Amino acid sequence: MSLASFLKSRLVPTKLDEQINRIRKPIGSLGYDPWGYNNETFKYGFSLAKPIYEKYFRTEAHGVEYIPAEGPVLIVGNHSGQLPIDGILVGYALASREKNPRIPRAMIERFFPTVPWLGNLLNEVGAALGDPVNCARMLANNEAIIVFPEGVRGSGKLYRDRYKLQRFGNGFIHLAMKYKAAIVPVGVVGCEETIPAIANIKPLAKALGAPYFPVAMPVILPAKVHLNFGPPMYFDDEDIPEERIDERVEQVKAEIDRLIAKGLKERKKVF
Amino acid sequence: MTVLTKKQRRPHILVTGAAGALAKQVIERLRETCSVVAVDAREQVDLGDEIPSYCVDFNQRSFEDLFRRYPFDGVIHLGRIRSSQLTRMRRYNANVLGTQKLLDLSHKYGIRRIVVLSTYHVYGAMAYNPALINESAPMKSAGLSADLIDSVELENLANIYLWRFPELNISILRPCNIVGPGVRNTMGTLLASHRAPVLAGFSPMMQFIHIDDMADAIVLAYKKPVRGIFNVAPEDWVAYQKALELCGCTRIPVPSVPPVLPRLISRALRLRSFPPYLMDFFKYPVVIDGRAFAKEFGFKPKRPLKEIFRFYRDNKTPL
Repeated sequence: MSLASFLKSRLVPTKLDEQINRIRKPIGSLGYDPWGYNNETFKYGFSLAKPIYEKYFRTEAHGVEYIPAEGPVLIVGNHSGQLPIDGILVGYALASREKNPRIPRAMIERFFPTVPWLGNLLNEVGAALGDPVNCARMLANNEAIIVFPEGVRGSGKLYRDRYKLQRFGNGFIHLAMKYKAAIVPVGVVGCEETIPAIANIKPLAKALGAPYFPVAMPVILPAKVHLNFGPPMYFDDEDIPEERIDERVEQVKAEIDRLIAKGLKERKKVF
Repeated sequence: MTVLTKKQRRPHILVTGAAGALAKQVIERLRETCSVVAVDAREQVDLGDEIPSYCVDFNQRSFEDLFRRYPFDGVIHLGRIRSSQLTRMRRYNANVLGTQKLLDLSHKYGIRRIVVLSTYHVYGAMAYNPALINESAPMKSAGLSADLIDSVELENLANIYLWRFPELNISILRPCNIVGPGVRNTMGTLLASHRAPVLAGFSPMMQFIHIDDMADAIVLAYKKPVRGIFNVAPEDWVAYQKALELCGCTRIPVPSVPPVLPRLISRALRLRSFPPYLMDFFKYPVVIDGRAFAKEFGFKPKRPLKEIFRFYRDNKTPL
């Protein structure tokens, strides 16, 4: 037994390995796809995410079955908590669901591809540069993509602004309309409390080339996370002015707000 | 009677860059059915008795004599000087001005089909590149490296002739990394070596096409006179460091941050197989979409990546 297969047998349980193997993926002969997804690395990521999802954040997911079994999907949620933990948890919920699991893809900040090791690692577990062209090609490839239209406005916001949706970009609606993709809204409750930030040191962020630099405790708190997925929303692809696109964005935002309120109501205690 | 004679006449094709491994493969595929004339600016190659071979610079007046002597029907222009060769000025003269001369003569002598070999390097490597770049994406490399300007200019020129003289039926092919037996380009040299440099922490997605498949693609393109620009790449992808591993290369990490450092190291050590102008191609992915070509010309690569890498692993001798 080689070292790699020994490590894999210890780190990736057979059940998880089988779970990933039964998901159909458009990958090449060496297990890669055009965005750098790697089937073997994903298995390690998936195994690592399991205790984080189940034990650390004790995640409760409702309505994950709303995500269609096939075809292009945009999973749109509220972004929070400085680090993209919400993306990992939403992705794990989709990949681990019993019926019709899918490989989640995620759109990431433009900053990541320039970071050694981390950029490649994120690509290998399914994330890709958050570029509209990338998103369009992925939808054309029938992928299920996690998007946070708030971007860094959402993840970098301070604790005092928790659960207040920031401005949404309109790009995701345009793409969903063009590629007839389902939009599955998700309200994430709990990630705001994982890394509560009290301030953002903008000059330091600028000097480091990072989107923000939070003043927070250097630990990730084990808040209990609730994920509430909503029914898929479909929008026709008629040629409409931007202000009507804004209305559609508001519809999605209102649905996410409703799902957040549901999660907050369900939550008995923060930790 | 005239029609009959015309039908029976073997088409005459001018193939440039004849000393290269790819041109030799293309000539091999065409020699049965066509009368091929081989040209190379570097050396006169021996291709047997029935294939006339010339060593001539396109910018010399004597180049036109070939068009006077042979009734060419088509041109396959593979003679692009790679960015690792010669100086910028000499490359500009050969690739841009030389190509212009070739296209002018093609127009003057009524050529009906031209295939120009370009490279995927014209898209340029940068952090913000999306994957599956298609043919209408901008060619950013001229703004990123002065060493790639002549490659972009060559394409621009071919593009102008493509639209100005539609009767020339120009097709521009932008292949991904061409590798395989006899290939002496940067990537071929790296895969063939025992030790290959990598940028620490970066392993971009890459695409490789076997030289035999590329030769098939060029011949297919030549035979169907469809104008346009086409990426040529198989639908298979691999990370650079994984490719090296599969080729049996020991990876030597080069510090990658700050970005100026690997360039300095490359310059100081004169690493020919890891040139500064290609540094970003070892850092950021340039994944092209070859589906338009495959669909239009019915192209299906036959040699999988595993076979390509097995060749390099089994033949670890310096080229």
